[in-house]
Amino acid sequence: MSEARAHILATIRRALGRQAPSAEQAAALHRRLDAPEPNVIPARGQVDAPARIGLFIAEAERADATVARVATVNDVPRAVADYLAANNLPSVLKVAPAVADIPWSEQTALSAVAGVAGGDDPVGVTGAFAGVAETGTLVLLSGPDSPTTLNFLPDTHIVVLAAARIVGAYEDTWRSLRAAAGGDGPLPRTVNWITGPSRTADIEQTLLLGAHGPRRLHIVLVDGDDG
Amino acid sequence: MEATTRNFERNARKALADTKLQEALARLSHGFPAKRRQAIARLPEFEALRDAARDIKNHVLENLDFYLERFETRVGERGGQVHWARDAAEARSVILKICQDAGARTVTKSKSMVGEEIAINDHLEANGITPVETDLGEYIIQIRGEPPSHLIAPAIHLSKDQVAESFKEKHGQFPKDRSLEEPRALLDEARTVLRESFLEADVGMTGANMLVAETGTVVVVTNEGNADLTMSLPRVHIVIASLEKVVPTLDDAATLLRVLARSGTGQEITVYTTFSTGPRRPGDLDGPEAFHVVLLDNGRTTMLGGELHEMLRCIRCGACLNECPIYRAVGGHAYGWVYSGPMGAVLTPVLIGIEHAGDLPNASTLCGKCEDVCPVRIPLPRMLRHWRQRQFEGNQASAASRYGLKAWAFLARRPALYRLVVGPGVAVLGALGRRRGRFRRLPLAGGWTASRDLPAPEGRTFLALWRKRLAGRP
Repeated sequence: MSEARAHILATIRRALGRQAPSAEQAAALHRRLDAPEPNVIPARGQVDAPARIGLFIAEAERADATVARVATVNDVPRAVADYLAANNLPSVLKVAPAVADIPWSEQTALSAVAGVAGGDDPVGVTGAFAGVAETGTLVLLSGPDSPTTLNFLPDTHIVVLAAARIVGAYEDTWRSLRAAAGGDGPLPRTVNWITGPSRTADIEQTLLLGAHGPRRLHIVLVDGDDG
Repeated sequence: MEATTRNFERNARKALADTKLQEALARLSHGFPAKRRQAIARLPEFEALRDAARDIKNHVLENLDFYLERFETRVGERGGQVHWARDAAEARSVILKICQDAGARTVTKSKSMVGEEIAINDHLEANGITPVETDLGEYIIQIRGEPPSHLIAPAIHLSKDQVAESFKEKHGQFPKDRSLEEPRALLDEARTVLRESFLEADVGMTGANMLVAETGTVVVVTNEGNADLTMSLPRVHIVIASLEKVVPTLDDAATLLRVLARSGTGQEITVYTTFSTGPRRPGDLDGPEAFHVVLLDNGRTTMLGGELHEMLRCIRCGACLNECPIYRAVGGHAYGWVYSGPMGAVLTPVLIGIEHAGDLPNASTLCGKCEDVCPVRIPLPRMLRHWRQRQFEGNQASAASRYGLKAWAFLARRPALYRLVVGPGVAVLGALGRRRGRFRRLPLAGGWTASRDLPAPEGRTFLALWRKRLAGRP
């Protein structure tokens, strides 16, 4: 297909009335890529820390997620057990290795196994890289301790998020990912932005939650943990 | 698929008489536009974001070769592969080869308009591979053998009974007497059926909302989560994308995402926005082993630098369809091919040839609503006028409109003659219509008066009135 490649690039250059960008033009374009600048960031994405948490919760709830707040990470199992019991849901958890250290066994009602999701796991529990206040969006990264399928296959997705990880705008997460970039670049294989549980309105515009992904998204916000 | 764009008039007549379709279109007209307005009301920066989105896309188009090469380099560095395809046939054969090399029997797909454009499903099926659409709306139209009727809501033209009928026919594994009256029951049945396909597929194929040059990343948005299951469960992930989807940086992607869902469904953002970069990494517990991106041109590079250059900014949100009085009256199928509404009327002639586009450039009142709501400010009415002009110059317009326009142009360029002809005509019509102020029926204007009255002229032409007013000035 290199013939197609050459043809397409030549057509583009002919249409733009030039050859490949000059060294000077290319340098300017590389600068734009190497030091990316944000464009317009809405004021609502630039609020300070205490207001950010409130905004994140409000926006996540607007998108039909539910949110529980706990003081420390040790309180998470109890909050999860309470949520599952209150909603009549099975208490069998498939947890991401990243959150396997949480003392799940202290809640005798829960049984937790770490690993990837199968088609029949009812509840998946994961951590999150960040929460974005402007739209109540969770940012999850794939990796050896956080398989992507856990975010999508189980009927109920529970996300444990340290309140300190809530940022204002999407661009804040790009900045921290770039700062931590290794040899594979700033991004893992998959970055998932998740805003509420899965849904469809494809039949007569009727909004229904629980299309192919989770029917419920529950966020457990940990106040006293710095992430 | 075979284009029936040439039959727009016949298609439109049929659509207007289809009561089920009219009910569906009424639901659409009340849904998306109001939600869009509400979302925008919550975001004071929306107009500034539209400007920024337009500027990003303009910058990309000016440097399209650079950004495509950079995207390709980054994809390669992360272990993926980019394939270039000049046209639909090349794209189809690249995709088929990847599927065959992977020994694929089943391919799950998340909704892709480019996939529709190149008719990839038919090609895979003809070669013994089963493609399964996983977006609920797209799944419904796949089992009914229909094209999508809307950019983001492909089954918008159907009622729930029609869907239930199709499911009863297709899903023989369930009891015949089950109730499928509620949308919930239909969704749950599709979810059960498709869950198996997700788990057994060998290849997952998705479209792309954006390609990020900075990192070699593919961005896909959905509300259902079907694209994520499509790309994370099978061994191979194929992305099919048209080449104008490239954007420079992740920050630029964030800007476009802020206008995309708000313009389309009126959501603040889609439920799932997924950034995929290459195949699974060492140590990853899931994700595909291979990652391919097929970059499709299919005539788009011929739009660069020409009258339709700005159409390449389109991000496929669907806002122009939702607001268009013609789309809302006749629905997407009347347009006769894959793309519909104002964006379809502009784009389809490029992709299938203006000689096959029939009346599409006339499928508009040029009211300008599409341009008003376009998140990247594409001057769609100007482009529709461009195609009308091309049809006129290419002698493709109907004889009546050609001669009519020629006669009018002849007069309009000769002011004295114009006044001589138009003045008495207006006077006669004015006198005839003075009593009622309008005409119920008028010779030569039957097309107009069939469905509404023609207002009667006041008796004097605008020019005559203007001259009188000037003369009367102190």
